[in-house]
Amino acid sequence: MELINAALVGVLMASSVYLMLSRNLVRFVLGLALLSHAANLLIFTGGGITSSITSRAADGATAESDSLAQALILTAIVISFSLFTFALVLAFRTYETLETVDTDAMRAAEPEPSGHPGRTDPSGRPS
Amino acid sequence: MTWLVAGPIVVPLSAAVVTGFLMGYGGIQRLVSLCSGIALFGTAVALLTNVWNEGVTAAQIGNWPSPFGITLVADHLSAVLVLITAIIALAAIVYSFEDIERRGLATVLHPLLHALMAGVCGAFLAGDIFNLYVWFEVMLIASIGLLVVGGTRAQLDASVRYAALSLIATTLLLTGIGLLYGLTGTLNMADLHLRVQEVENEGLLTVIAVIFIVAFGIKSAVFPLFFWLPASYHTPKVTVSAVFSGLLTKVGVYALMRVFTLIFTNDIGYTHEILLWVAGFTMVTGVLGAASRNDLRRILSFHIVSQIGYMIMGLALYTPLGLLGGIFYTVHHIIVKANLFFVAGAIRRFGGSSRLARLGGLYRDAPLLAALFFIPAFSLAGFPPLSGFWAKFLLIRASMDVHEYAIAATALAVGLLTAYSMTKIWLNAFWKGRPEDAMPTRPPSRSEGFFLLAPVVGLAAITLAIGLYVQPFYELAERAAQELMHPAEYVGAVLGEDAVSGAGPSPAGPGGSGN
Repeated sequence: MELINAALVGVLMASSVYLMLSRNLVRFVLGLALLSHAANLLIFTGGGITSSITSRAADGATAESDSLAQALILTAIVISFSLFTFALVLAFRTYETLETVDTDAMRAAEPEPSGHPGRTDPSGRPS
Repeated sequence: MTWLVAGPIVVPLSAAVVTGFLMGYGGIQRLVSLCSGIALFGTAVALLTNVWNEGVTAAQIGNWPSPFGITLVADHLSAVLVLITAIIALAAIVYSFEDIERRGLATVLHPLLHALMAGVCGAFLAGDIFNLYVWFEVMLIASIGLLVVGGTRAQLDASVRYAALSLIATTLLLTGIGLLYGLTGTLNMADLHLRVQEVENEGLLTVIAVIFIVAFGIKSAVFPLFFWLPASYHTPKVTVSAVFSGLLTKVGVYALMRVFTLIFTNDIGYTHEILLWVAGFTMVTGVLGAASRNDLRRILSFHIVSQIGYMIMGLALYTPLGLLGGIFYTVHHIIVKANLFFVAGAIRRFGGSSRLARLGGLYRDAPLLAALFFIPAFSLAGFPPLSGFWAKFLLIRASMDVHEYAIAATALAVGLLTAYSMTKIWLNAFWKGRPEDAMPTRPPSRSEGFFLLAPVVGLAAITLAIGLYVQPFYELAERAAQELMHPAEYVGAVLGEDAVSGAGPSPAGPGGSGN
């Protein structure tokens, strides 16, 4: 079971990195969501998986499964969910204002130096 | 005692709530915000006094015994950083009265600013590594909010970059915490200090250490991970970027200092060597980036990166003098850097632009501003007798002591290039004649000038005080460094004295070392 979970964490991490390397902002945000899932699953696996429900911190090394790890994940899920929502809103607002989701075309904060043939192709719109 | 340690978190959190409810009542909201700023300052002074007199102070929230409950710990490093945070907060609140003129913006600013302060103070005081993560998230959400307030094109662009990299960093931090918990079975930092010594799989511990370097490295904008900083810090309101420049990256530096003295000391030859190289490259790339820019706030943003290198260098040397220098540098830097951003904002108000090419003649038009720029700018470059000189002197001395001549030479050369950047601003904004195409400016009125310059005067006075009366500040940094080098007192304050003297397992019994 732990091996399967570990492999799943690896797959999730790899897919999230693949998505985050995209220039499309929406894909990036989805990659971010996958990344936090991978982290949560990793904590879950790190806490040990059995049907017992005692906290290792309180009980020494007797119990193999750790409910504290699951409490941590619960906190982390709430936080990452809210941040994910915020990131989606931010991405949408950015799309409305800058009219692109191509991160290479977003040069509002750091304009190309003058004289440089800037990238003006606004080809990041979702089709 | 609990309230004393929790105070710097409770005060700004309640201020955030109250000012949040007072949105739309401009005057009252400002008054409440200012009073909370003063209250935070008072709490921070009380905390530092207590720590100075009685040593490391720990508080168990809800009276849960220590490795299980939430622990807040104030040692000298935490207490002094909380105090500096309070000073910057107060300066920012005063500055914002004039800087942020549109009512809609101002009402959102105060709740977010106080929430940010709660996050920053919480991170400084957290005695539990998961708690540290939570405070990082509080800080993150408040800072993105502050960054995006106003909603201009540049701000949205900057927020996307900032949010993206910060979110990756916090997720990495969470991953690292998860692995560390799996390895040791505890989250309390003092308990971790004891448990990691029992871990058999040292290789895995080093891997986790490197994950922490990357996570906190993004937060503190070190060499290969700093790109979000110069892309975003010049876009928000001046008040906001001054607070960011002073505090945000330094929380990352603090976290590095904490975990790499308390937890990850098993393989110093490897991890701290990485940190030393990172420090050197951070200094050089930052200062070269700054030399290539022509806008005030962009120059200053790159200098933040460069200065972070010095602080990491102090940690990487891992000697008492090195840490002392790193801590001294952090304190000096927070004050000077925030002040320089405040001055940059004032320059834009007095001179009409923040681009060097369109500025000029300010030495004649605003001599007081020139004097006020001079102090933090040349303190940053390390001119005696200002605070930056002592900070650099200590660090270079520390690196000479352990025969790290390469990093000492780098630090000196970067100091020279910093001086070049500062003289570039001085020549262009102050000495050069006023350019033909300069914006027509309206000199600020007396009250405007007061709110813009009072924080600058205050912070410049602190810079001068650190420079001229260096002894008490040196002693403070020395005590903080001693506590970092010898964590016994920290661990004793959190877990009780017997945990240290027995050097044995904490009350929870031996944790599982490796799953």
